[in-house]
Amino acid sequence: MRAHYGKVTAAFAMISALALSGCSAGGDSSEAGAEAAPCETSDGPVELSFTTWVPGMDQVVELWNEQNEDIQVTVQTGPNGNSGTYQNFFNQIQAGNAPDLGQIEYDALPNFRVQDGLENIAGCEGITDAQDQFVDWTWGQVTFGEEGSVYAVPQDSGPMAMYYRADLFEAAGIDVPTTWEEYATAAEQIKAEGSYITNFPKTDVNWFAGMVWQNGGQWFANDGENWDVNLTSPESEEVAAYWQDLLSEDLVSTLPSFSDEWNASFNEGDQWTWVSAVWGATTLADGAPDTAGKWAVAPMPQWEDGGQTAGNWGGSSTAVLKGSEHPAEAAKFALWLNTDPEALALANELGGLYPAAESATELEAFAGGVEFYDGQKIYDVFADASANVNPDFTWGPTMTQTYTDVSDGFGAAIGGSGTLMDALETGQQKTIDALKAQSIPVSE
Amino acid sequence: MTAIPATARKRQRNGSSRANFADNRARGPRQSIMSRSAAMIIMGVFTLYFLTPIWWLLTTSTKTGGEITSTPPLWFTSNSLGTFLDNLGRLFAYGDGLFGRWLVNSAIYAGVGALIGTVIAAMCGYALAKYEFKGREAVFNVVLSGVLVPATALALPLFLIFSQVNLTNTMWAVFLPSLVSPFGVYLARIYAAASVPGELLEAARLDGSGEIRTFFTLSTRLMAPALVTIFLFQFVAIWNNFFLPLIMLRDQALFPVTLGLYAWNSQISQIPELRSLVIVGALVSIVPLIIAFLALQRFWSSGLGAGGVK
Repeated sequence: MRAHYGKVTAAFAMISALALSGCSAGGDSSEAGAEAAPCETSDGPVELSFTTWVPGMDQVVELWNEQNEDIQVTVQTGPNGNSGTYQNFFNQIQAGNAPDLGQIEYDALPNFRVQDGLENIAGCEGITDAQDQFVDWTWGQVTFGEEGSVYAVPQDSGPMAMYYRADLFEAAGIDVPTTWEEYATAAEQIKAEGSYITNFPKTDVNWFAGMVWQNGGQWFANDGENWDVNLTSPESEEVAAYWQDLLSEDLVSTLPSFSDEWNASFNEGDQWTWVSAVWGATTLADGAPDTAGKWAVAPMPQWEDGGQTAGNWGGSSTAVLKGSEHPAEAAKFALWLNTDPEALALANELGGLYPAAESATELEAFAGGVEFYDGQKIYDVFADASANVNPDFTWGPTMTQTYTDVSDGFGAAIGGSGTLMDALETGQQKTIDALKAQSIPVSE
Repeated sequence: MTAIPATARKRQRNGSSRANFADNRARGPRQSIMSRSAAMIIMGVFTLYFLTPIWWLLTTSTKTGGEITSTPPLWFTSNSLGTFLDNLGRLFAYGDGLFGRWLVNSAIYAGVGALIGTVIAAMCGYALAKYEFKGREAVFNVVLSGVLVPATALALPLFLIFSQVNLTNTMWAVFLPSLVSPFGVYLARIYAAASVPGELLEAARLDGSGEIRTFFTLSTRLMAPALVTIFLFQFVAIWNNFFLPLIMLRDQALFPVTLGLYAWNSQISQIPELRSLVIVGALVSIVPLIIAFLALQRFWSSGLGAGGVK
């Protein structure tokens, strides 16, 4: 199985290289087209297609179709973005038969933007006014800070907090850490008890980015012309050095995330905390069923005593893809999908989405206590976290490549050759090379 | 067109190599126990290597999502049968019976595709072996070079071509490219050259049988073992083909079972209940392959045997 996936990934890499080289020639037009085109509505009934990988989305769309006879939407479900759907989008955009709407994660949006794969829907009715309805930082993700531009509607987000084993901390008499300094101290105490405080996920570079995000770091910036790559900023280095220390002293485990052994280690009580996103709540409940009622959620440990910052891990948007014949209707649907209370409630129930809309906090699903967490109202913690996520964080246009290179470096660091800081250094250089190879302007 | 008597010479050559083979076999029983047990050990290791994952698949599909991590991986739990049936029920019920739909799709793509593909490959290989015409070797070499091009590399060009004629996201997009099998043509040619005597075709012609009729009533029977092999190879290749459907299809209802399971697998972190469904689904999805092999293996070995005693 492994080898099979490896082959597929290699094939993707090859084909994306082909697609990219094919696209870069047309890249100039995107720079000129920053101004929002007028968004005209079509006459008569309209049919839209929407590709997503959120389970149950077909039933949410059913709701829309019942209420909007003139705009009928068909849902197509595929594998998640990086497992093939993004590459399909690029192929389809090139062939001119892309779906009208597509789900795109925040960290992949800049890639689509750079390749001119997104329609600017700022001119469509109600879009710019909708800004207040979304959590600040998610709006920044879909506008890239460009004036008069909106390229997608925020769908869901992954504000981070700390899941921890309340029972074990109490039994061992260890204080639940509120700062990273306390966290490191607790890690030593927990190691003395024969367990790990957490697992360092070498392949989840976006998790690591969430940590940097919390620390106020920026990996990428775009001044409208040039991309600035900054994987080795002081904030980023600080996070890397911190986790490198924990790794060097063997205070954290290094299991592959979301694997069976990873689940088992949580289930057997070998892991005391997990700093993760809101969607991790169900992952944990399912992977570690024997520990039900023993977990609790607290805000992320802070870099500064009394701080309140949080990171984010994951989340996606609904974008109108280039070439759609009905951008106005598509934008209208995307806005409904991500703001209508009924739609949000259903998407949460069936797809486990934590909406990017501010009104999420009013949803019934997030109001009560959660049994697995001993009845704690964990979503209150995440709502606070969501409000404390730095709105200025920007993703780069080649995140798949950046993730792979940094992850390789992390793997080496865990194996004992090099450090996490070296990994960032290599990732920095390789990302700059990759951008240059695609004729994307980089400032150095 | 005239048939070529070249086969006669070839048969002689083949005959002598078979004789060598027979000699080797006759020496077999006299081999030392050492080398025989070494062979057995190597075979045993490989058998274990190939069967362990399937065994894991079998035991794991009898567990609930939670039991997968909390029980020994290579053995059953106390309530295996009940859980297995429950998993099966959930598998076929999930998403309005989506999985059943995928199985049917795979059966159509692989079954019909392999059948037609085999006929095309057989006709092509037969023509290349039995008819002499200008450019024959050139055609054969071009077909043969097709064996060297990985199907994955052709997927994107195929997608762009199918986009031009608006056939992406339809069954045809996966079905049509599955019909061609360069390796099948190669195999059919080699086998037709060796197993269909030119004299027999000559006799058929004298008796007034048309070329098409001769091919379907006489030659295909002589080529049967090769055809079974081509069918099996093609069936497995289409059943396991993953990249082409991934690129071509957007509508879940058209997915073959491999792509469907892959899509589910990529969603496990969001919908953990899919974990056990993917595992049971993987088990169910290999059953048709096992059935195809067991059912057709008979023809296969009898064919090879028939060649051996000649």
